[in-house]
Amino acid sequence: MTVTTYYTLGSVPVVLVVGFVVALMLNQKVRWLSFWRTIYYLPTLVPAIASAVLWIWIFNPGFGLFNSLLRQANLPTSQWIYSETAAIPSLILMSTWGFGNAMVIFLAGLQGIPRQLLEAASIDGGGPWARFRYVVLPFMTPTIFYNMVTGVIGTFQVFNQAYVMTQGGPNNATLFYIYYLYRTAFTEGQMGYASALAWVLFVIVMIITVALFRNARRWVYYEMGGAR
Amino acid sequence: MTTTRPTHPVANDASTRDGRITPTDRLSRPTRGRQHRGSPVGRTLLWVVLAIGALVMLIPFGWLVRSALMTDDQIFIAPPELVPKPFAWTNFSESLTAQPFALYLLNTMIIEVVVVVGTVLTCSIVAFSFARLRWRGRNVVFAILLTSVMLPYAVTLVPTFVLWSQLSALNTFLPLTVPAWFAGAGGGVFNIFLMRQFFLTIPFELDEAAYIDGATPWKVFWMVIMPNSKPVIVVVVIFTFIGVWNDFLGPLLYLSDQDKFTLALGLASFQSNYTAQWGYLMAASTVVILPIIILFFVLQRYFVEGVTLTGIKS
Repeated sequence: MTVTTYYTLGSVPVVLVVGFVVALMLNQKVRWLSFWRTIYYLPTLVPAIASAVLWIWIFNPGFGLFNSLLRQANLPTSQWIYSETAAIPSLILMSTWGFGNAMVIFLAGLQGIPRQLLEAASIDGGGPWARFRYVVLPFMTPTIFYNMVTGVIGTFQVFNQAYVMTQGGPNNATLFYIYYLYRTAFTEGQMGYASALAWVLFVIVMIITVALFRNARRWVYYEMGGAR
Repeated sequence: MTTTRPTHPVANDASTRDGRITPTDRLSRPTRGRQHRGSPVGRTLLWVVLAIGALVMLIPFGWLVRSALMTDDQIFIAPPELVPKPFAWTNFSESLTAQPFALYLLNTMIIEVVVVVGTVLTCSIVAFSFARLRWRGRNVVFAILLTSVMLPYAVTLVPTFVLWSQLSALNTFLPLTVPAWFAGAGGGVFNIFLMRQFFLTIPFELDEAAYIDGATPWKVFWMVIMPNSKPVIVVVVIFTFIGVWNDFLGPLLYLSDQDKFTLALGLASFQSNYTAQWGYLMAASTVVILPIIILFFVLQRYFVEGVTLTGIKS
């Protein structure tokens, strides 16, 4: 459980921030816009298994991409997913690669911001930062919130990485909840216990979601009463 | 007009300060670009940032293809070579015959066809009922349906497995395909939601005209709604297709015979059998990834449409 929480706390904010920043950049008039959007979205299409296999190789301590690069630059190398401490950060890094989904939803949100409001803000002398802070950001809170909730629910259910890449190791450092559940049910055959685990997970996710929604009232509806 | 003029220099002032790059400037560039074109310098800078970012995103793909074209000797030398020479094309033919990937592809496609057809048919019927027919408790049922999205898939995992094993349907395609015919595969609820939203945008006058002409709800569904819903149908088809293609846990649980494996499952078993043969592994991974990427490029227009449709939701 701590492993899963650690992963969620690491992955969700990173994906949100990266997705949001890239979405902002891709909401501009830039040359080759649709090409850039495609590139950033591409990794989300890769089948989970294929991406797991690919990342095992990238993380390979001997001849993987990262350590090869680090060695070239004379920097200390890491054991990545084979080290107890680096395993989860490595998987978080890997999950960041797939920020495309969040980005696309952010983009849709950005496109929904009424143009008049931005124009009004700039007529009132609002600089770029003021426009971002008082018009764009408040308008985006529902989208941010949506991405946050789906992100949390999604990361609480990671399975493939644990199954293919680490088998829960090293030393249970990546024993994600669902992987534990899977092992209990289908390798140890304790269906009843696994069902109980599943319900516990459900309750936890429910509690977190409800808490997020409660908390959301404080910041998501900023737009209704005007900024701040 | 006269009132805006004095403020204009203020807005310009902001963009002339562009030379100095402050952290706020970097964050704010996006909003500016929405109305003003932004300064050429700013746009070039943004372009460069995007290009670097894109390069970073593509590096794993590059590494994949590079390794797929190398023999083991080439892979395990230091310093590593970035471009394989010569290209080891044999990796593809050898890895793909080391395990019956053609059979995996066939299995995957069988499941694909059954699931995609089932999903489109049943989800659209359900969505039609929610969008176009009036019945007691409709909104309550719809709300209950939506809340079921919150249910982690893990909760239903064990009971469904037990159910299928009691029906002695383990190690067949049934557990992977039959649910799709009850609007319940993977993103069933999501599909229903998507289609319902789309159906709601079709003018009700069309239905009414058909009913006046004596059409049954069935007829309205087939002759009025479906022909007008091609965009959403394509989106559902694409998402369902990708979902099945990428599904791993389902086949892992239900299929145990090698000759029933899907591509995803085949790749995983390949990975555990050939742990150290990275050239083979990467070649096999490329083959699993490539069709999806090609599909994406061919149907990109529909993807964008799908995203816009989903955007309505949030």
